[in-house]
Amino acid sequence: MKLPFKINNKSKNLELFPNETLLNVLRNNDFTEVKCGCNEGECGSCTVLLDGKPVNSCQVLAMSVQEKEITTVKGIGTLYTPHFLQKSFVEAGADQCGFCSPGMVLASYSLLKENPKPTREEILVALDGNLCRCTGYVKIVDAVEMTAQKLQTNNLEME
Amino acid sequence: MFKYVNQPIEKIDGLALVTGEEKYTDDFSFNNMLYVSVLHSGYAYAKIIDIDDSEARKMHGVVEILSYKNVNQILYTTAGQGYPEPSPYDTLLFGKTMRFVGDNVCAVAAESKEIADEALKKIKITYKELKPILNLEKSEGSSIIIHKDDGAFPKIPVFYDAKKNIASKVEANVGDFDSAFKKSSRKIELDFYCSYGSHCAIEPHASVSYLDVRGRLVIISTTQVPFHVRRIVSHVAEIPVSKIRVIKPRLGGGFGGKQEILLEPIVALMTWRTKRPAKLVYSRREVFKSTRCRHEYQTKVSVGYEADGTINALHLDALENAGGYGSHALTVLANAGSKTLPLLNKIENLRFTGMGVYTNLPVGGAYRGYGATESYPAYAQAIDMVCEDCGLDIVEYYKKWCIKSGETSAIFQALGEGKEGVAMTIGSTSLVECLDEGAKLSDWYEKRKLYGPNSDFNKGKRLKRGIGMVAMMQGSAIPEIDMASAYIKMNDDGSFNLNVGATDLGTGSDTVLAQIASEVLDTPVESFIVYSSDTDFTPFDTGAYASSTTYLSGQAVRKCAEEIKKQILKVGAEMLSLSIDDVELNDSKVTAKENIKEEVSFAEICQYSLYQKNQFQIQATASHISPKSPPPFAVHFIEIEVDTFTGIIKVLNYVATVDCGTPINPVTAEGQVEGAIVNGLSYTLFENYYFSPHGKMLNDTFGKYGVYTAFDIPPMKVKLIKSYEETGPYGAKSISEININGALPGIANAFYNATGKRLHSGPFAPEYVLKILSEK
Repeated sequence: MKLPFKINNKSKNLELFPNETLLNVLRNNDFTEVKCGCNEGECGSCTVLLDGKPVNSCQVLAMSVQEKEITTVKGIGTLYTPHFLQKSFVEAGADQCGFCSPGMVLASYSLLKENPKPTREEILVALDGNLCRCTGYVKIVDAVEMTAQKLQTNNLEME
Repeated sequence: MFKYVNQPIEKIDGLALVTGEEKYTDDFSFNNMLYVSVLHSGYAYAKIIDIDDSEARKMHGVVEILSYKNVNQILYTTAGQGYPEPSPYDTLLFGKTMRFVGDNVCAVAAESKEIADEALKKIKITYKELKPILNLEKSEGSSIIIHKDDGAFPKIPVFYDAKKNIASKVEANVGDFDSAFKKSSRKIELDFYCSYGSHCAIEPHASVSYLDVRGRLVIISTTQVPFHVRRIVSHVAEIPVSKIRVIKPRLGGGFGGKQEILLEPIVALMTWRTKRPAKLVYSRREVFKSTRCRHEYQTKVSVGYEADGTINALHLDALENAGGYGSHALTVLANAGSKTLPLLNKIENLRFTGMGVYTNLPVGGAYRGYGATESYPAYAQAIDMVCEDCGLDIVEYYKKWCIKSGETSAIFQALGEGKEGVAMTIGSTSLVECLDEGAKLSDWYEKRKLYGPNSDFNKGKRLKRGIGMVAMMQGSAIPEIDMASAYIKMNDDGSFNLNVGATDLGTGSDTVLAQIASEVLDTPVESFIVYSSDTDFTPFDTGAYASSTTYLSGQAVRKCAEEIKKQILKVGAEMLSLSIDDVELNDSKVTAKENIKEEVSFAEICQYSLYQKNQFQIQATASHISPKSPPPFAVHFIEIEVDTFTGIIKVLNYVATVDCGTPINPVTAEGQVEGAIVNGLSYTLFENYYFSPHGKMLNDTFGKYGVYTAFDIPPMKVKLIKSYEETGPYGAKSISEININGALPGIANAFYNATGKRLHSGPFAPEYVLKILSEK
């Protein structure tokens, strides 16, 4: 069946079965930027924002979030209009294989929106639910710090 | 000195990665596609008496089922290595004997994943359970034979004795260990156990296949070795190489785990038989249990030395658990010796003995570190013990005894990959500088004075601190075996297509290779349209393994770009009416040497060559093999705090100094170091496979397995200390593997410095640490 959802500030009709997870529904409807690393809520690759809060979409029934605003990494910024957080990821070298990147970007975005001046410790806690095997996390944390710096220097807010 | 090389250039795929645009294997779907599910054995060792799939075949939506009943029984190795492979041909895609929990029983292709999963439940399998071997030390010569009368054989002439469960055997002798050991006034022995480990690339293994408009089979796959996939699928699925195209899209990490040909033959057969696209994606649990892992190892070092620290004789013995099949069993074993023993090359009497044995446990394979991770803990602790016993500073000791530029080790020739090795003299090394700089960055001398098991700082305290270090080497590519090639052509606007078989698995090699071409052609990295890897459109490359891409594929790219440079200069000279000797490349232009204002741009040159006069395509291809495998070097200094009440080891500081020659891209190179260190730390302190009494892996999820998260990482300092490797592109050597090897021995040595006790088994989990601390 097809049901309407609110994704990345647009209304979209998604094809789904009633018992499907949000992750499956999104991927089956061409939102392949949401990645599946474990399907058990342990790796964070499938992170999306629900009303601004990061969740593992593999642990959410799609039908239960029809009223919520869903944000994927492309809702933050695209290849053509990247968010400065995404640019920081590339500048810092936080992008190795990139499979965890959509989830990492969203977890970082959510942190910075709530706390634009996080300590290193607060960043580590915020990213604790997102696994990365390539970077050793160092440059990902650098990217978040770099973004926080950009926020302060340019007197910006996360959007 | 360099313009594009040794610069922190952003990854060319970076923005596409972080905005979710890049496509990975599972992101490709096709109309009319079948979904494949595989049934894996729940028994560690069993014979299948019968498979009855009649009920499953009647199910609506089930299209094809593969098992031993309808798949030809062709022996092969899943190891994606060069041909002929040094791993034994002992594996069947779907056989009648199950040799570990996770072995392939059968596979279903259906209209949906749900139907395929449901159909697996309806297949009735009659097993005859056999008594398994679940302990590597009980395998050799056991009355239980794991590959009995199944025709398993080595593809190359090496020792192999399936009747005794021996998958591989390696021995190398330099000098006379026995008599030198006997004569030595001091002797130590130390054993060390390394656990199983999983690569945990966040992207699980996946393959999608379809037939193109001319009936050729196209396989999109999570592979580090597309050309080996083409060759091995051709062998196993009996489809000509000419009918197969393998595409590697973006890869979500590999670390060796995707150097295995596991899923590709299954989707290939499904598509070949049904003429429909087919997709197989493994669940995380399947990746843990059914794919390949780090071999379990039991190593032992014996050292005979004198009171002044002179080591007369050193013997490293390794017992390797191959698991049910011998993938990489021989070569990982050989590397356990060849990547450690040359480091202290002044030891005159060296011995390496190794044996890989079959068991009914998960199958080992290639994993970053490749034997060196398994052998350094014993080797480097032994060196630490010698220094402790003789009252010598270990940093100074390494400086004195380590291999230097212009020196060699007989081990290089004695230990190869399935055959004799290649004699080699060390060209580049900054190991001594790495030792000095690391000591400085870690406050080594101050902390060694402060800590120690009997120091005021530690004595009687619950929290004890220590600092330890380890020096290491690895290799860069497999000499005289691995080959890489590249193709470049020029386009109208002065841009270039750079097509490489080299496989970027997330490391950034597409960017690094473009930087090398940029440097040769003096034109920005953005001028290169990099395409990797596709067996139809990119030239051959053995693939991403053995720390080879920057060193080997990089040199192929450099040679290819040099060829392009000659052609550009020739056309440029013709356009300027000058001799080729009177022109040079200059910032995307050809200019007269005498007068820089006399110039033609790359765009003008290409347009001239394509459309105007003496037309031809500016294009070139080049191949490269290396006569040697120059080792990168690294030194790790690790400071820890041991909680003697809980057994928890906390890493306070981690310093790594690394010699990778010229870092082509310092940021991605640092990323390789940091990623490897954290993977090594996670393996050292958390990661392990826990088995049921029947050989089933119990902790087959990320959560239970225990991968390090951001919250677990210690403060780290990484410093790249340049050297210049003449045989590498712009002085580069490798960097990807070596830094995973430091955490186990480094922490073990730090633990001794804190507590006065030696660790003998990884991981250093709290319960094990407490056990060691309670021993008298």
